[in-house]
Amino acid sequence: MLGDPLFRNGVDWGDFAVMGVKVVVAFVLLLVATMFMVWFERKFIADMQNRIGPNVAGPWGILQTFADGVKFFFKEDLRPANADPLVFRLAPYISAVTAFLAFSIVPIGGVFRDGEADTGTVTLFGKVTYLQVADPPIGILLLLAVSSIAVYGVMLAGWSSGSKYPLLGSVRASAQAISYEAALGMSVVAVVLLAGSLSTHDITAGQAGGVRTWYVLSAGIVPFVIFLIAATAELNRPPFDLVEAEQELVGGFHTEYSSIRFALFFLAEFMNVVTMSAIMVTLFFGGPAGPVLFGMTWFWPTVWFFAKVLVFLAMFIWFRATLPRLRYDQLMNLGWKVLIPLALGWLLVRATILQVDEGTIDPVIAIIVGILAAGACFLLFTAALTAGDRAYERDQALQEQALQEQALQERAVQDQALQERAVQEQAVQEREGSR
Amino acid sequence: MSDLLRSYLTIAIFSGAAIFMAGMMLGIARVLRPRHPNREKLIAYESGVDPVGGEWVQSQVRYYIFAVLFVLFDVEAVFLFPWAVRLETYGGFGLVEMIVFIGILALGLAYAWRKGVLRWS
Amino acid sequence: MVAQNIIFGFIASIVALSAFRTVTTRNIVHAALYLVAVLAGLGALYVMLTAEFVATTQFLVYIGAVMVLFLFGIMLTRAPLGHLDDLTGKQWPVALGVATTLGAVLIYALVDAFHAAELPTDPVIYRTADVGDSVFSTYLIPFEAVSVLLLAALIGAVVLARKD
Repeated sequence: MLGDPLFRNGVDWGDFAVMGVKVVVAFVLLLVATMFMVWFERKFIADMQNRIGPNVAGPWGILQTFADGVKFFFKEDLRPANADPLVFRLAPYISAVTAFLAFSIVPIGGVFRDGEADTGTVTLFGKVTYLQVADPPIGILLLLAVSSIAVYGVMLAGWSSGSKYPLLGSVRASAQAISYEAALGMSVVAVVLLAGSLSTHDITAGQAGGVRTWYVLSAGIVPFVIFLIAATAELNRPPFDLVEAEQELVGGFHTEYSSIRFALFFLAEFMNVVTMSAIMVTLFFGGPAGPVLFGMTWFWPTVWFFAKVLVFLAMFIWFRATLPRLRYDQLMNLGWKVLIPLALGWLLVRATILQVDEGTIDPVIAIIVGILAAGACFLLFTAALTAGDRAYERDQALQEQALQEQALQERAVQDQALQERAVQEQAVQEREGSR
Repeated sequence: MSDLLRSYLTIAIFSGAAIFMAGMMLGIARVLRPRHPNREKLIAYESGVDPVGGEWVQSQVRYYIFAVLFVLFDVEAVFLFPWAVRLETYGGFGLVEMIVFIGILALGLAYAWRKGVLRWS
Repeated sequence: MVAQNIIFGFIASIVALSAFRTVTTRNIVHAALYLVAVLAGLGALYVMLTAEFVATTQFLVYIGAVMVLFLFGIMLTRAPLGHLDDLTGKQWPVALGVATTLGAVLIYALVDAFHAAELPTDPVIYRTADVGDSVFSTYLIPFEAVSVLLLAALIGAVVLARKD
């Protein structure tokens, strides 16, 4: 609860210089990492699919992203005639800025030692500071706040395009985002519970005592798995990329965007992948924790940090290469019927275990009550599920019956009409015959 | 200015840098890119045919239900965070308080489930 | 303090302008967006008052959830691009009167309560833990009541959305 030591004793121009350096370094690192990710995804997935991938621009095609980026600048920027001019311009800004913002709370280095008061600091220009852009006390909540604003970028882009595919895509995308945001937030609570703080620096410091203290293990594996799934869905990465399912929605919410405005959305998407990986490393994998091998002590943590981020980036690409896309109903089922109940249930279980460890609750009572509560929950949800299913089936049956009845009625009406016509024709014929 | 505001000032500078970068990219592109709009180019995309009807379509009510559910669980999450930070102090009683809170909201989820509004059909 | 005053003035004028545009704009999605700007500005003001948890709640719940709900509601009913001419109701003078009276009463109450009180130069920081301490001790009953309220809201929405 101390906050960044940089700001502790007043502020002078040196502090501002440190602030400036941190902002610039984080900015450049994030941009480079994002461009790397774009290349890495193409190259890695090409390897997985037995292709070569980009190989012309620079060694191993590593400059491909740069070349593509330059190309965007020379493309015509079109705005549909019936688009909303102001909001159409605003949406890419929202996406890009929110993508940047979340990275500011990630500690990207510093040697963290267990039990020290002011750990994980580095010295820049004779100033002691944390190696992260900012360490607000609400820390991880900033991530949630930023991702809830990011929904607006998508929603407004779709609405303002004045076109049907983007509108459908954006409503879908925002419904998906909010569905998984709830699960995301609740899986973070388990980490906060153990760290006793929201600040990302404190969360990292809480995992300084070796691999056993990393929250992926000490919180139980469940919160991490929930976070990983929810984060993948938040990022619209495969297998949750229904938002831009090109077979049904063309490009999704950015169908009408071209040139550099499209590039901003694209950049924001990949930047979010990098940031989310970094957040996962911070929350569950000890952040920059790792052995200092030799020489410069401040250097190794940053290396470990980026190595861990790289593993997650590779994992996201692996998901894309392996898993088929979910259907929308499966997506919603997973979010609301699996992840949220699981996250809440696990949170309560973990909190109870924590209380038992501290001796405030008798373990026997906790176990008995826990089993009873779990049984009650199970019964409740099973009952809800079967009742819901039965109601659904009844509805379907009723609908089908109604349809059949309608069809029968229609046929009866048709038959009647035919008969009447036949009678009339007969009458006409008889009249003609009598004449 | 207190410690707290200074850390937010850094975040503000960071987002300022992001806005500046996005603006700069758009500015450079404005100078470099060609500009030959014509009527056909500015028609909204609809798989290559001329758009049918208006540019706006009504969305379905089920999206609205999920948004209501999200409000519910977002408020719940907001209460979970201060609780999680201080659970050590609250002890067993704090745990029971939260179990009751979550239990009542879980009833809501079960009700929505029972009524079949969570089913996407 | 000077810097803080300038920032406050800047944010407050944005909030006031956006609030005005919320009721005067002729596009319903724009109105929602201006409302988002108002809420975001208020969030920033909470940060300046060192009530950061309240500020985050503002962003998470109001902007992240309630306004998204509004937007979904708008998309569900009518959200065409361009201007609508039938957005101004006939009772707008009455509404203006009510709003002005309410504003005057609020301003009077605030001025009466605080007079010329100044913000402390080094204010107490209300951290998340402090908020938790009040919620889970002093305001325990309201906290549990909130869950019932939320439940009622959910049931209402479910009943409205389903025909049976």
